Order: sequence, then C-alpha cells, then structure tokens
Amino acid sequence: MGKTLAEKILSDKSHGDAKAGDIVVADVDLVFVQDITGPLAIKQFKEIGFGSIAKPQRAIIFLDHAAPSPHRQLSNDHRFLRTFAKESGCFLYEVGSGVCHQLVAENVANPGDMIVGSDSHTVTAGALGAFATGMGSSDAAVALALGKTWLRVPESLLIILDGAFPKGVDAKDLILYLIGQIGAQGATHKALEFSGQALACLSMSQRLTIANMAVDAGAQVGLFPSDDVTSEFLVSQSRGDSYKPLHADTDAEYQQAIHLNLARIEPMVSLPHSVDNAVPVSEAKGVEIQQVFMGTCTNGRLEDLAIAAGILQGRKRHPDTRLLIAPASRQVLAQAIEKGYISSLVESGGVILPPGCAACLGLHQGVLGDGEACLSTANRNFKGRMGNPEAMIYLASPATAAASAIAGEITDPREAM
Amino acid sequence: MANTVLRGRAIKVGDNISTDLIIPGRFAHLRSNLPELAKHVLEDTLPTFTSELSEGDFLVAGENFGLGSSREHAAIVIKMSGVGAILAKSVAHIFFRNAINHGLPVLLCDTDRISGGNELEIDLTDFSIINLTSGVRLSCNEISPLMSAILEEGGLIPYIRKHRDFEL
Ligand code: SF4
Repeated sequence: MGKTLAEKILSDKSHGDAKAGDIVVADVDLVFVQDITGPLAIKQFKEIGFGSIAKPQRAIIFLDHAAPSPHRQLSNDHRFLRTFAKESGCFLYEVGSGVCHQLVAENVANPGDMIVGSDSHTVTAGALGAFATGMGSSDAAVALALGKTWLRVPESLLIILDGAFPKGVDAKDLILYLIGQIGAQGATHKALEFSGQALACLSMSQRLTIANMAVDAGAQVGLFPSDDVTSEFLVSQSRGDSYKPLHADTDAEYQQAIHLNLARIEPMVSLPHSVDNAVPVSEAKGVEIQQVFMGTCTNGRLEDLAIAAGILQGRKRHPDTRLLIAPASRQVLAQAIEKGYISSLVESGGVILPPGCAACLGLHQGVLGDGEACLSTANRNFKGRMGNPEAMIYLASPATAAASAIAGEITDPREAM
Repeated sequence: MANTVLRGRAIKVGDNISTDLIIPGRFAHLRSNLPELAKHVLEDTLPTFTSELSEGDFLVAGENFGLGSSREHAAIVIKMSGVGAILAKSVAHIFFRNAINHGLPVLLCDTDRISGGNELEIDLTDFSIINLTSGVRLSCNEISPLMSAILEEGGLIPYIRKHRDFEL
C-alpha cells in the first residue's frame, strides 16, 4: 500500500515504515518557541536536566508575540529568553523580525522536514512540505533535549482543489470555506493533504495561508506536495538547494477525499465567535466595523499587502474605522516599502505596526473596546481573542478587509475592485 | 500514579471552550507567575469556576475542548485550580497532549450523561466512569500506552527525567 505525505515524512524521520495509527519517535529538524510559550519551555528544559540542547543550530527562539513588549513582566521574559539563547547557542530573532511562522517559511522550512514549534500555527510550514506541528512547552522542551519527538501518525484527509479563483476570491476564502464545511474539529488529530490541478496556480503565499489554518480545523498538520512553486520559492529565498521532491503515492489511503472547485467559492467571513461560523460575505454585509486588522501569520505577506494597497490606493479609510497593518516579517515590510504599498496604506489612513503578531492575540497594539467589532485577516475569532470578551471579531481575506475599511462596514470586495 | 480511583463532583462547561476562554491572551504577562494566572482560569465563560470548585472536582465539557493555541498554561491552570480530570466528548489535539504532559487525566465519553453537580468515580486503571448520582456507567476512549506511561509518571518532564528517552 502506498503512503500519504504524512506517512512518507514520518517513515523517513522515524527510520521505519510508518502507517496511520502507529506511534513513532521522529527526528526533529527544527524546534522553536516564541516569547509566550518559550519561558515555560526553557524552564521545563532546564528541569529535565540534560544541560545542553541536542541540536542548538536547529533551535530557534522568536520574540514576536509581545514585540515590542507592553509589560514589565513580558520584558523580563524576553530577557530570560535572550540569556538562554546566548548560553545555549540557539538562534534568537529579535523584536521586529516578524511572526515566527513567516520567518520559518522564509528562512528555515524545507520539504520533508520535521518541525516542532511551541505555537499552534506551526502548521504553516506544511505549505513547504514540512511535517510542521504545534505542541506545548513541555513537548518543545523534550524536543530541545532529545532532538526527537513522539507522534501518532495521523490519518489524512485529501483535499482536491480544482478550478481557479474568481476575481476578489483568494486562499483565505478557500480555507474559511473548507473549515465552514468540515467544522473546527473536522480534522482533529488528522492531517490535511492538499492536491489537485489547482495547486499549480497557488502561490507559496496562498499555500501558507491555507496550511496556516489547518489547525483551525483541528488538524495536526496541513501538507502540500513539493513542486515548481516550492522550488521557485526556495530559490527566491536563496535556499534552492534545499528543494526535495515530495509526493504522496498514487495508491495512498485517505480517510476521506473532499473536492473543492475554486471557481465556486465566494468571499467568506467567519462570524464571531468561532472560525467555522463561515458565511458568504453577502450574509455579513453591512456590519459596522470599528477596526480593521491586517497582518498575522495567516495574511500578513507581501501579496496580501499588495491586494490591500491596490484597493486602498487613492482612497481613505472610513472615519469611524481604524486601520491597523502589521507586515508578517521585516522582509515583507522592506519589500512593501520598495513597492510603494506602505505609502498607499499610510496615505489611506492606515497605521503600520512593527512586524510581529501585533493585535492578533489581544496583548497589545489594537485591543478592542467593549461592544466594538473588528474585521481581521487573522485565523481566530474566539471570544476574548483580541483582548476583550465584550468585542466581536470577524475573519476575512485582505481584499474584504481593505474594502470594509473604506466602507466602515463589512463589504463585498468585488464591489470595490 | 498515587491514586488510580478519583472521586469528585462534575462542573460543566459547554462546547468549543477555547484556550482563549481558559486563559485569555490579555493575561500573558502573568504566564511566569502561575498562581496569579490560575486565578483567572475560565473567568470569561464561567466566572464562578474557581469559587465553586473543590479540590478533585472534574471539569466536564462538550465537544472540542481546548481548541486554539498551544499555550500549555491552559492545562496547567486547570490542574493548579484543583481539577482532578477533564471529561469531554472530544478534545483538541494539542490540548490533549498538554494535559497528559502535566499529569492531568483526560477522558473522552458521552458527557451528556453527566449533569453539573453529579458525583463521579473514575478508575484510571481501566478508564471507566461511574456516575454515582445517576448510577450510569460510562465507557471512555483508551489512550496510547505511551500516553498512559507519561500520565503514570505524573507528566512528560518526570517521564523523560526517569527514562531519558521515549520508550515504545
Ligand atoms: S500572528 Fe496570531 S496566530 Fe499567528 S503566531 Fe502570532 S498570535 Fe499566533
């Protein structure tokens, strides 16, 4: 019997014949933590008493969630992490470098890698064909100590993508639609594997958006095979020689196959307070929005800012709607400056926040007021997510976010293009 | 594990209790101060939780408990508040591991058959639950032998300290 992408990678990393349902111990190519999960991970690591990290050159600490720090306690957590990075020899990305998942995609993840990140959206790197999965601090600590982790090899759901996106529809709409269909626990413990004729026209940026939200369907990982798009992306990031072919076998066994025709998808909005509460934008139209937040590991990339800048150029945000923009990384910010997107966004009334998680998790830089509604390009709209349980969060694409910022209410981006 | 038979009362919560509801991001500055953080557990969804709970009570949830972020603090503060085990119809992948990694048992069962305040007895040797109030016996999903071993050692860190590696 052939193997799924998940079975292939985990067979390789566990030096055996891994089949769905098996418990395996896999070699880890990269372990990372961020500033919110990192302090506990490092304390747990110290508690194990191994002394040194198994592979310091394959361990990274990111200061991205509270960056720059809004609190004395978090500043002290940052100090603790910086000291540990120096002592242990692992790499640290300073405040302002960007969101961990974007930096992993830009600089580290390769097809066939096994990645453990102490952050649920570690799945983002599945776009590059890496078995990248989020774990808690203790699992990250053990991966640091041993250079290994244990996993149950997941069953896979095959998502077959055909057709092409109509104007105004993008990867975010696709993944919101899919999660709306299968539910926020539709893939719990499983792998999502993407395939189909439409893959050839999905850019790496779009794939990262899709893989990013695999966990919001409950999945352990969301995997793309490697192809020309993967190879071109790696070349563009000066990692061309890291390319590896990676495909599922044609006779691999899937728990279920789901066909999606991109041409039939509309701009989607996830209504509060759950990601799978996804409806076509027409059903959310007219909801007044006090804040638009554009960025995050889901939709803070150059292509996203290009779409937003294209819609906002020469127009102004609605006077009652704040527009916050956080590029996903320094590279994204630098390129967006060079391309003129940042001036368009600033001239339209946008506030540019430092590359990082920014307003996404309700810590700083855009906490909502009581009764306020925010349209966000992020991946989660749980109650309390953006710092206030009395606020409402709607999730949508960068195009919908930009169009809604102009109108001051949720708007169909196709009307603004 | 010292105690394989647990007894306590059920405290019920609904479906889709996210990690943002268990311990919101706005308290992230307290994450290196766990006793302080634990005071806020579940406060946005069940404000009476910490005052109502007696040591050893069970948190009984619906579907997809613990969805969302990987913050292990969510499992830790539930354990610190005195919860003896989590019972749910289903539990999110990362949270499940995090709870076991802290020696907090997670049992999957039909929680519709448990009402708030019911007295429950849980036997961790065979993962069975008796609802002492209604007399109903509930069956649960078993966990993998590796997870059982981690739970028996009281969590992942003590497990690795003892075994120095994973033993399959
Ligand atoms: S941008 Fe948001 S979802 Fe992504 S890692 Fe940061 S806090 Fe998490």
